[in-house]
Amino acid sequence: MSVQIEIPNSPRKQRVTNWEKYGWLYMRISGPLLIVLIFTHVFVNLFTGEGIKQIDFAFVAGKWADPFWQWWDVSMLWLALIHGTLGMRTIINDYTEKPKLRTSLVGTLWSVSGALILLGTLVVFTFDPCPATADPNLLPSFCEAIASN
Amino acid sequence: MSVVPAGTLYRGKVGMWSWVLHRVSGVAIFFFLLVHVLDTALVRVSPEAYDIVIQSYKTPIIGLAELGLVGAILFHGLNGVRIILVDFWSKGTRYQNVMFWIVLVLAIGITAYFTPGHLDRILEF
Repeated sequence: MSVQIEIPNSPRKQRVTNWEKYGWLYMRISGPLLIVLIFTHVFVNLFTGEGIKQIDFAFVAGKWADPFWQWWDVSMLWLALIHGTLGMRTIINDYTEKPKLRTSLVGTLWSVSGALILLGTLVVFTFDPCPATADPNLLPSFCEAIASN
Repeated sequence: MSVVPAGTLYRGKVGMWSWVLHRVSGVAIFFFLLVHVLDTALVRVSPEAYDIVIQSYKTPIIGLAELGLVGAILFHGLNGVRIILVDFWSKGTRYQNVMFWIVLVLAIGITAYFTPGHLDRILEF
C-alpha cells in the first residue's frame, strides 16, 4: 500500500489572495518611506532649534498651518501604525498557541490601530490653529493678525 | 563537563541578536506611537491641555527615555534597511554581519551626537 502523489513537486494552488505576501511586501515598502518621514520628523522637532523645549501648541499650529506638514504627519500616521500593527501581529502569531486567544489579540490590535488612525486623521484635518476662546499667549504669532482683522 | 554546543549559523550570533533587538525596538516604538497619537490629539481639545501634557516630555526622566526612543528608532530603521538588503541584494547575506555592525555604530553614534544638547534642554527644565 502506498499513496500515489502524482506530481510531488508541483506548486501549491493559490485560490485566494496571498495576504501574507502583501503584508511582507508592505513592511519593505513602508519601511524606507518611514525612514524618510520619521527621521525628518525627529530631526526637525528634536535635533534643530530648541529641540524638545520648543514643542508646544504654537509649534504644532505653526507646522499644521501648512498643508505640507499636515500631509507629512498623516502619511506618517497611516504608514507607521499599519507597519507597527503588522509587526505586532507577527509577534502575537509567534507567541500565542491557542487559536481563540490569537484571534482575539489580533482583533483587539487592529481595532486599536484603526481607532487611532481615524482619530489622528480627524485631528490633523479638523485642526484650528487659532481657537477663538484660547489664551492668545499660547497661540502661534500669526493668530494676532487674523484676530485683528 | 558538559559540551557547549557550537551553535548553528544563526543561534547566539549576529543574526539572532539583530532579530531580538529589531523586535524589542519595534515593540517599544509601537507603544510610544500609541501614546504619541493620543497626546498629539490633545491639540484638538485645547492649547492648555496640550501644553500641560507635553510638559512631561521635557522632564529629566521622560527626557532620558526620549534618548532611548531616538536610539530605538535609529536602530530599527537602519536594521530594516539591512533586512531589505539581505532579502533583495544578491550580496546581502554575504555582508549581513558587517552591515549589522555598521547599523549599530551609526545608531549609537547619531544618538551620542544628539545626547549633549538634549540633556542640556531636559536638565535645565
